[in-house]
Amino acid sequence: MASNEEILAGLAEIVNEETGLAPEAVELDKSFTEDLDIDSISMMTIVVNAEEKFGVRIPDEEVKNLKTVGDAVSFISNAQA
Amino acid sequence: MSVPSLKQSNVHEHSRIVGLGAYRPDVIVTNDDVCQWIDSSDEWIRQRTGIVTRHRAPAEISVIDMAEGAAREALDKAGIDASQLGAVIVSTVTHPFATPSAAANLADRLGATPAPAFDISAACAGYCYGIAQGDALVRSGAADYVLVVGAEKLSDVIDNSERTISFLLGDGAGAVVIGPSDTPGIGPSVWGSDGSKWDAIGMTHSLLDVRDHAAATHANEEGAVAAAAAVWPTLRQDGQTVFRWAVWEMAKVAQRALDAAGITVDDLAAFVPHQANMRIIDEMVKQLKLPETVMVGRDIAEAGNTSAASIPLATHRLLEENPELSGGLALQIGFGAGLVFGAQVVVLP
Repeated sequence: MASNEEILAGLAEIVNEETGLAPEAVELDKSFTEDLDIDSISMMTIVVNAEEKFGVRIPDEEVKNLKTVGDAVSFISNAQA
Repeated sequence: MSVPSLKQSNVHEHSRIVGLGAYRPDVIVTNDDVCQWIDSSDEWIRQRTGIVTRHRAPAEISVIDMAEGAAREALDKAGIDASQLGAVIVSTVTHPFATPSAAANLADRLGATPAPAFDISAACAGYCYGIAQGDALVRSGAADYVLVVGAEKLSDVIDNSERTISFLLGDGAGAVVIGPSDTPGIGPSVWGSDGSKWDAIGMTHSLLDVRDHAAATHANEEGAVAAAAAVWPTLRQDGQTVFRWAVWEMAKVAQRALDAAGITVDDLAAFVPHQANMRIIDEMVKQLKLPETVMVGRDIAEAGNTSAASIPLATHRLLEENPELSGGLALQIGFGAGLVFGAQVVVLP
């Protein structure tokens, strides 16, 4: 079970690998599409890598609700609980 | 009473692809053309899809015309006469008649009559479904030579103003002749379906809706034609769902096809996935951990997504540009509406 800080750091690493964005830029209040400029295909890649890293399942219909980095951290944290 | 013993077909121990042909219609649609219909840019389309142009057929060129062009080249390359064909199979979702089949007409045009002829509806997996059947027909002894064609005129079933799939699509045809071989030339097919995702890619509505709409809105014939055109079914997809399935589920299917053939990625000369989107191709290459020595079919940049025609078209381009690949092993995988999928390793002709 990872803490929220660990989930955020892990997500930042995944985002960095997919997009080249600096991990520090991946903050809880940042929107994936508007602030980080992540398109729908990159988002799916990030989701699948996050599933693998954190051992959770993020259904397709849930992906639309993950607007900010914070939304993703909360979802993963709850899914792990 | 003694039961008489039946005779069964003589088997061919092995099969292989003996000839390959392609037909690319000559209308070129650029990203700038597409941007007249949707709010987008050349850069956005290239970055999201890897597509630079797609070929589309003019009104007077039909699915069967394109199939014939590809089939004639495949027969010529195979060095066999159409009269030697034991079956003609056309994979298509855009032959505009529910019946009769495109294949029966194609067989007659080629001079293959009375060979058995039938169409397959397996969308972007259609070519690999056809290879699975052609291989089985040849090795069972049901046929000596089988023609397998993937032919699509997707421009007939798109709505240029929609954004999920239409701008990806092109027209074209690819064909192969499968025949007996002294050595193994087609690995076991790993194929299947997942109808739980029936809605992920497909037509907006059925032809019955067209009929009912036309009947309800216009009594006279001229009006009915106009009304039917207004509800003509076109393709849609749920891009994110399809992307996830295409990359992560299909990479596993591709790996199973390698395992079934008893080889590893290091044995491959080429990888030819269905040309759905360059990003899917790139991600599959990553998932499969393909060595850099493996040539990857990337015909989509020039041809767009041509559904059942995409794998033979991409293979045709790879062989034209790299003739030394002939005789090498290629992993091919098709996947699409159904959802359906099919993969096998083949020896390149």
